[in-house]
Amino acid sequence: MGDIQAAFSLAANLILSGDADLFEIVGLSLSVSVTAVAIACAIGMTLGAVVAVTRFPGRGAIIVLLNALMGLPPVVVGLAVYLMLSRAGPLGVLGLLYTPTAMIIAQTILVTPVVAALTRQVVEDLHREYDEALKSLGVRGLGLVRTLLWDARYSLITVALAGFGRAVAEVGAVIIVGGNIDHLTRMMTTAIALETSKGNLALALGLGIVLVGISLVVNGAVSGLGGVAGRSRNV
Amino acid sequence: MSDSILPLAARNLRYEVNGTVLIDDLSISVVPGSFTVVLGPNGAGKSLLLRLLHGLIVPTSGKIDWSVGAELRGRTLRQRQAMVFQRPVLLRRSVEANVRYALKWQGAGPGELKEAAESALHRAGLADRRRVPARLLSVGEQQRLVVARALAGKPDVLFLDEPTASLDPASVQQIESLLIEANAAGTAIVLVTHDIGQARRLGHEIAFVHRGRLVESGGAESFFSDPQSDAARAYLKGEIVV
Repeated sequence: MGDIQAAFSLAANLILSGDADLFEIVGLSLSVSVTAVAIACAIGMTLGAVVAVTRFPGRGAIIVLLNALMGLPPVVVGLAVYLMLSRAGPLGVLGLLYTPTAMIIAQTILVTPVVAALTRQVVEDLHREYDEALKSLGVRGLGLVRTLLWDARYSLITVALAGFGRAVAEVGAVIIVGGNIDHLTRMMTTAIALETSKGNLALALGLGIVLVGISLVVNGAVSGLGGVAGRSRNV
Repeated sequence: MSDSILPLAARNLRYEVNGTVLIDDLSISVVPGSFTVVLGPNGAGKSLLLRLLHGLIVPTSGKIDWSVGAELRGRTLRQRQAMVFQRPVLLRRSVEANVRYALKWQGAGPGELKEAAESALHRAGLADRRRVPARLLSVGEQQRLVVARALAGKPDVLFLDEPTASLDPASVQQIESLLIEANAAGTAIVLVTHDIGQARRLGHEIAFVHRGRLVESGGAESFFSDPQSDAARAYLKGEIVV
């Protein structure tokens, strides 16, 4: 019990005192995950919507693959990106290993299938409803994809949140490709892992509380936004 | 009406699904400015006929000929006709954005778009609700918006599949007057309905469909006063026609 009490007061202390290290770690975590989710949404939402409205041989297999990739283990992705970016790897010359960019790449790979698979489902449901009306207007191709993505916007916010949740909570990939280097690639999750292994449980818990708090704030802010717009969500 | 896509002539349409014949050797034509009501018992193939004419489904055999040169097919053909479905399908956007969206796809330029949207909203009596999310309107208002949206681009022909089936009398009346107004302005109308009263009020021509075939067609007055086929007679008497 002592640990937990100490953790809470430490967490409060870290936040209230404006601890520079803490804010650096939080800032890096957020910027890496937000960037990764933004890229993943650009790729995954387009991909998901295109798969939703097109019919081609092998489409079923692609959907199964996308759904399966939602459960991609972060360490495996971390390892794969590590192999690509390491000195001996094909992209080694870029010198990206152990940089925030490497972590963004890894998280983008993790999040894109989640966004694509969920978007495919959302857009396909909406397309079923709109199909005849849009055909009647002659809406096709890119215009069709754009229309459906825009009209599914409230559901897609939830999709993006699911992606953000996966990115910000993930430790396996970023610790391999980022290396958890202090002041460079140390994230919330990697710092928690490190402090735990050092036996610094109160600090680890304190960081954990901050991480959960950030998740709550982000989700609360978005659902507040959604609430304003949500009048037209399900009607 | 020299540049109209009408008259439309559909010849010997046949539509089958898995070997079941749903539309059988059906020929029908639509001339500019006409108001045709398609009547017939449930499952007769009325909705399928509309979808075939509108091009949403492709006939198994038969021909649908519009009066446009080959160079104007495709887009022009889409832009000069519109369809209203039984259940209103509205985009998750404002009332005005729904009208503008349709106009844009019907090829309206920026200048005429504003004007056309404005007059469509006024005709539908929805001008003061333009900023409301379309899906917050009542069902009657929604269907009015759908009809106004379909008519905004002044199509040569408008197809309607039981547009007032689930509406209150006041809404039915408003939609009927929108249709009469549009027809007077030159839009040909093809309306599927179950409501014999509505057919009497609106139809100039009647097409009676039974078991996928066009059993009888002609002027509304003679159809109602002197139906030629047994099926039409029974249907008008309110008997169950199978």
